[in-house]
Amino acid sequence: MNQQDAFEAAQHAVERLTHLFEVTRRDLFKLLGAGLVVGICEPAGLGQESGRAESETIPQDVASWLHVGADEKITVFTGKVEMGQNIRTSLAQQVAEELRAPMDSISLIMGDTSLTPFDLGTFGSRSTPQMGTQLRKASACARELLLDMAAERWSVDRKQVSASDGFIANAANGRRLSFGELTEGQKLVKLLGADPPVTPATEWRVAGKPWPKVDGRDFVTGTHRYTSDLTRPGMLHGKVLRPTAFNARLVSFDAKAVEKIAGIQVVHDGDFVGVTAPDTASAANALDLLQAEWNAPPQISESGLYEYLRHNQDRNTRGFGGHSSHETGSIQAGMAAAAKTLSQSYTVAYIQHAPLEPRAAVAEWEGNKLTVWTGTQRPFAVRDELAEAFHIPLTQVRVMVPDTGSAYGGKHTGDAAVEAARLAKAAGKPVKLVWTREEEFTWAYFRPSGVIDIQSGVTADGTITAWEFHNYNSGPAAIGTPYNIANQKIEFHPTSNPPLRQGSYRGLAATANHFARESHMDELAHLAGIDPLALRFKNITDPRLRAVFEAVAESFGWGKLSASPTRGFGIAGGYEKGGYLATCAEVAVDPKKGEVTIVRVVQAFDCGAVINPDGLRNQISGAIVQGIGGAMFEAVHFANGRVLNPHFRDYRVPRFRDLPQIEVVLIDRKDQPSMGAGETPLMGLAPAVGGAIFTATGIRLRSLPLLPKPLPRSG
Amino acid sequence: MHAIKLNVNGSERTIEATPGETLLSVLRDRLGLTGTKYGCGEGQCGACTVVLEGKPIRSCRIPIESVAGDTILTIEGLAQNGALHPIQQAFLQEEAYQCAFCTSGMIMSAYALLAATPHPSDDDILDYMNGNVCRCGTYPRILAAIRRVARRTGTGDRVGKP
Repeated sequence: MNQQDAFEAAQHAVERLTHLFEVTRRDLFKLLGAGLVVGICEPAGLGQESGRAESETIPQDVASWLHVGADEKITVFTGKVEMGQNIRTSLAQQVAEELRAPMDSISLIMGDTSLTPFDLGTFGSRSTPQMGTQLRKASACARELLLDMAAERWSVDRKQVSASDGFIANAANGRRLSFGELTEGQKLVKLLGADPPVTPATEWRVAGKPWPKVDGRDFVTGTHRYTSDLTRPGMLHGKVLRPTAFNARLVSFDAKAVEKIAGIQVVHDGDFVGVTAPDTASAANALDLLQAEWNAPPQISESGLYEYLRHNQDRNTRGFGGHSSHETGSIQAGMAAAAKTLSQSYTVAYIQHAPLEPRAAVAEWEGNKLTVWTGTQRPFAVRDELAEAFHIPLTQVRVMVPDTGSAYGGKHTGDAAVEAARLAKAAGKPVKLVWTREEEFTWAYFRPSGVIDIQSGVTADGTITAWEFHNYNSGPAAIGTPYNIANQKIEFHPTSNPPLRQGSYRGLAATANHFARESHMDELAHLAGIDPLALRFKNITDPRLRAVFEAVAESFGWGKLSASPTRGFGIAGGYEKGGYLATCAEVAVDPKKGEVTIVRVVQAFDCGAVINPDGLRNQISGAIVQGIGGAMFEAVHFANGRVLNPHFRDYRVPRFRDLPQIEVVLIDRKDQPSMGAGETPLMGLAPAVGGAIFTATGIRLRSLPLLPKPLPRSG
Repeated sequence: MHAIKLNVNGSERTIEATPGETLLSVLRDRLGLTGTKYGCGEGQCGACTVVLEGKPIRSCRIPIESVAGDTILTIEGLAQNGALHPIQQAFLQEEAYQCAFCTSGMIMSAYALLAATPHPSDDDILDYMNGNVCRCGTYPRILAAIRRVARRTGTGDRVGKP
């Protein structure tokens, strides 16, 4: 793993849900059988975990990545998973492009730990820059190999043969051979060279063009099988009894009421209690009849949250990559040189991913071999988690990820997988476990809350002279400033023992850091009496950042619109994960009701050479819509170890009625590498809306969500 | 367990259900019609929407006993002899999904809307569909798909509130 990957992975690390059970040695004997007992004296999973870096590097041979069948079918293997980001289609486009093969001949096997090369996980907008590049290289290599083979077969000069549309053509005699005829399904034995001849974006014919989702028909007919739709012969349905609060321990337990019900099995192991039943209703009914008493320690509540985050720093924790600090110039000198100075604090609430498909898993044991289907972003990490939980070697675990009902950073762990496997082991039959919405809202992990303090100084002409930025708890992603500021001090302070289980969320802390930074830029502009866009231009040196601001301003009509007490306009932008964005928002305010409606959003985005412009537009407008939730109203309320709003009726998410007019301006930079776009398009909305509310009302909102309750009424 | 008769997608079915079992669970687990999804179990997200006697209902909140003898249409029953329903076609044409877990429910709600109101205004569509959640935020394209069927022009990401 290189340093960048390691830092990215550290920010995505999620504290595992504590496994409340401990598989006893007696169970292990039963499970593994006498002949294999030697193998479990060592925690095999753990042993292999530490040795993984050597054994699971990125394969460098063509055959690990793709196979050309005698039937012309091309199978591609990738550890990435599809969860709505459309990577199944955009990766296929890149393979088709480089291999010169028809799109409909290509299928991807994704996220199967037995069939696909090791992969760290589908996160961090890495699929396009990393996996896309990898598959383009492998495909280009395969194409060159096919050309070599054809030239050899025909005994002609290599320059006489060319590849297109699944065939190799011989210019000397006009003959053609299909890829399948050429390979006859044989393994393509070739190492990926250092520099395979990949096609420049300016010459793309399949990549770079809109392409519909390859399996769209399966979704509109309801035939696609998500994890929660799978069945196995003899499969039972499982449920887990949840503690009454976080960190609670089981004090007493009584299963008498269900012990005599036919078909119900209760699993009680340590603090873990679960049931299996032939159907979900019976499992739920049985769970209701269990008598359990839990003992929970007192815990931090929402009311004291921000004080806690600010005052409980932990320099030793590795959370989100650990404490980090960056300093150039002198803040003191920069503040002294300023005409105006500003010091402000911003906060962001805990929010939930709330993927529409809750966590789900189907687990099946065959002797001591475990197969699990589950919707996760990290199939290999879940495989490791299962091996560790059940003390079995990694080679005995297979994890498969059906295309999943979204994740947004929320499905990094194997919570449901471990629980389903524990129940399946006890039942001796395959078990399906699907979390309820309430479980998803409570026992999944949360986007971290945070406090951000900024102090800055600006000269009369708009030059920013000082920029001091402290983020407490939410994370270091995009913590730096993209503006050219001579004196900077930027610090991330991890918090010890935050009150909720924290983890990755689409964009990580970049959303919080963009909100604070761009809101503060807007405040600085108003303080200095300079147009907010002009203040950016004054301090931008990066031409791509300037270009997205110019593009969004032109499409939106920035500077030509007049704010009023009922209309406001805001602008924000930034750079993260190789993508540049700028966002303009228009809000309508009803002063009598104190209500704010986002009526129009224009967003310009540049992520290098675009692979699938239509898929990208969909992803960008989707990010804007999702961003409305975190910007306007989403917040997890909690007290003393309990989530108080674990339902869609109490946790408001964006709906049709929240939809503004959305305009996406794509800047397709064919001269730049293709970068991911799953996260960065989320980041401009909240500060742009905050700025728009300010121009209409004069009220500056510095906490996300901006409008948990209406604005003070006027008029 | 008791036996209940239903007409699902044009077929008479008799199923054995556990007391308290929901229509959603019967469709998914007993009839294998997994196109209808569990999203919340609280009638708040619309992923489980099916059409009962012409009206959209949240199947996760319907005790199976209460719909005995009724006629149910699910996503699996929309296409006829392999030919997609115009709403399914419109969703394909507009790419009106991302993860697509909400898609079945969206299509069934849209089907019921268009059956009742063949030419809905944008306000009609937004109001009617407001109970269906898409966490990927694909609302602009779903709106465009519904407009397309209502013989109006779909315009993808550029559509929105008038």
